[in-house]
Amino acid sequence: MAWNEPENNGNDDDPWGGGRRGGNQGPPDIDEVIKNITKKFSGLFGGSRNGGSDSKGAPPGSRGIPGGIVAGLVTVVAVVWAFIGFYIVDEAERGVVLRFGKVREAIVQPGLHWYPPIIDEVHLVNVSELNAKTYENRAMLTTDENIIDIAVTVQYRILDPVNYVIAVENPERSLDNAAESAIRHVVGGNYMDQILTTGRARVADDVQDRLQDYMDMYTTGIMVSQVNVVDAQPPDAVRPAFDDVIRAREDEQRAQNEAEQYSNQIIPTARGNAQRQIEQANAYREEAVAIAEGDASRFKQLLTEYIKAPVVTRQRLYIESLQDVMTASSKIMIDVEGGNNMLFLPLDKILEQNSSMGGGNRPRNTQEWRDFANELAPYLPAPSNTNAVDRSRLGSGRGGRQ
Amino acid sequence: MKKILALVLTFFTLIIVGNTLFIVKQTERAVMLRLGALVNSDIEPGLHVKIPWVNTVRVFDARIQTEDSTPERFLTLEQKALEVDSYAKWRIVDVGQFYVSTRGDVATAGSLLAERINDGLRDQIGNRNLQEVVAGERDQLMLDLTAELNETTATDIGIEVIDVRVKRIDLPDDVRSSVYERMITERNREAQELRSRGEELAIGIRADADRQAVIFEAEAYRDAERIRGEGDAEATSIYAEAYTRDPEFYAFTRSLNAYRETFSSKGDVLLLDPDSDYFKYLKGGVPQ
Repeated sequence: MAWNEPENNGNDDDPWGGGRRGGNQGPPDIDEVIKNITKKFSGLFGGSRNGGSDSKGAPPGSRGIPGGIVAGLVTVVAVVWAFIGFYIVDEAERGVVLRFGKVREAIVQPGLHWYPPIIDEVHLVNVSELNAKTYENRAMLTTDENIIDIAVTVQYRILDPVNYVIAVENPERSLDNAAESAIRHVVGGNYMDQILTTGRARVADDVQDRLQDYMDMYTTGIMVSQVNVVDAQPPDAVRPAFDDVIRAREDEQRAQNEAEQYSNQIIPTARGNAQRQIEQANAYREEAVAIAEGDASRFKQLLTEYIKAPVVTRQRLYIESLQDVMTASSKIMIDVEGGNNMLFLPLDKILEQNSSMGGGNRPRNTQEWRDFANELAPYLPAPSNTNAVDRSRLGSGRGGRQ
Repeated sequence: MKKILALVLTFFTLIIVGNTLFIVKQTERAVMLRLGALVNSDIEPGLHVKIPWVNTVRVFDARIQTEDSTPERFLTLEQKALEVDSYAKWRIVDVGQFYVSTRGDVATAGSLLAERINDGLRDQIGNRNLQEVVAGERDQLMLDLTAELNETTATDIGIEVIDVRVKRIDLPDDVRSSVYERMITERNREAQELRSRGEELAIGIRADADRQAVIFEAEAYRDAERIRGEGDAEATSIYAEAYTRDPEFYAFTRSLNAYRETFSSKGDVLLLDPDSDYFKYLKGGVPQ
């Protein structure tokens, strides 16, 4: 196949192509490179072999070995060695080179590079990428011997690729251990209420400082760029009690609001009532004074006239008043000389009659009045012409001043 | 045949060279032994030469190692059991000593170290109460422990302890559940306090409102009665001024008015004696 597709063949030869596909994490795929090169060489050898067998007729392989193999092997090894040495450093990466095990000072910058395999060793480290790890810690003890659950994210990147490569056996694991220890230490140094409410940012800062100290102490080359407390909660077993405290806080506010509602209801009402009482009193005062002034004025005017004609005025007033009284009320004239002990009047009956007459069925004509008088007749004393009540006059004589 | 010989020769040369040259990386420490005897206990990083088959080289990881021991149970001063998970950071400082005491095995060194750490932690935790272990004194505890370990490990095992840290401190289940109980009762107490304080404030607010209402009404009564009194006084003074001009006439007219008011209804029944003044003419007829 290689014969017919020289372009494809050329591509296969490209060791960096393989390296790119491998994600730039190390030297190119050695197996692939070797396979390609041997293919090429076997093609060359095969060509010459074909020519030789035609001219000399010797069996193939028995003649080419001594000269060909040694030279071939050396060339193969050299080419492979050279090809393996090419590598690409990505923009995000830096390369740390160890020559005979010793770290070279120069950090390899992004680009295409070559190193002598076996003599050098290259480690590519991604120094730009920001990595994040989340640590969910269950049941951590706080300084006041409470237990909380806390989740912390740590963002970090590799600041010093040399230390990252050579100083610590497993930098990532060191970070994990150190992070757990730092979180526990900070949580253990704080009160639960602080961690759960206001102190989260400070916990995160403390963890970051402490974790960075550890990273420096272990020379991991890792820089902790950010620590966040993403979650801090009381454990599930006690959460209902914590939620209840929140509800209680609401209840506290609610009770006050209800009381203030009550207050807002009764105080204005009381103020209004007070205002009304005072207004009523003011009205009473004005009324009393006005009535007094009216009465006084009337009296004084009357008096003025009275002084001019006392006897006549006095009589007139007396008679008018008594006429009003007589007209307005029921009256029974009793003209019995001496002992009127036996006189019996059914006053209750009369009263009843009168009050009912106040309604619609009062006697309207003389006849009805006469009937009424006759009803009363048996109760009246023995007929005495002079003393008898003129019953008909009694009813029809109404209509005086009212 | 000559070429085959050359090939074989090359092959052997390669083997000898491979056995003569060796590389010590910067991440490693190495010792060289001559027939089992230690001749170089600390070989620098780089390319080195040795006598093939006579000298052997043992290479060890010189980076900082992590000894992540399994959680252990310790008792605090007040006999509370704690499950403590710790880790230690260490590295080889004396390669020769390290090789001699552990046969060059990192795992062996780690377990030796773990035992010493556990002993140290047991002492340190046993001298402190729970609060001290959990909270503030942990840094000091760890510094003390690291210093104590380093007194012996460098000479015994050839390693240096860089740091010992506690990762987790767990309470045993029974203690934990009693902690939960306590936390719950604390919260209940707080919740009750909040609710009761709300109730207290509410009662206060209501009582204050009631007080204000009562005072409003009482003051209104006071003012109203004062105003009424003023009215009465003024009215009385007006009446007095007018009526003192002729008290007798006042009594007369006032009585007449009173009669009129008193007998104003048909319900009032007057039993009359015709001898009264009013009926003077009714009874007496026209005077002669």
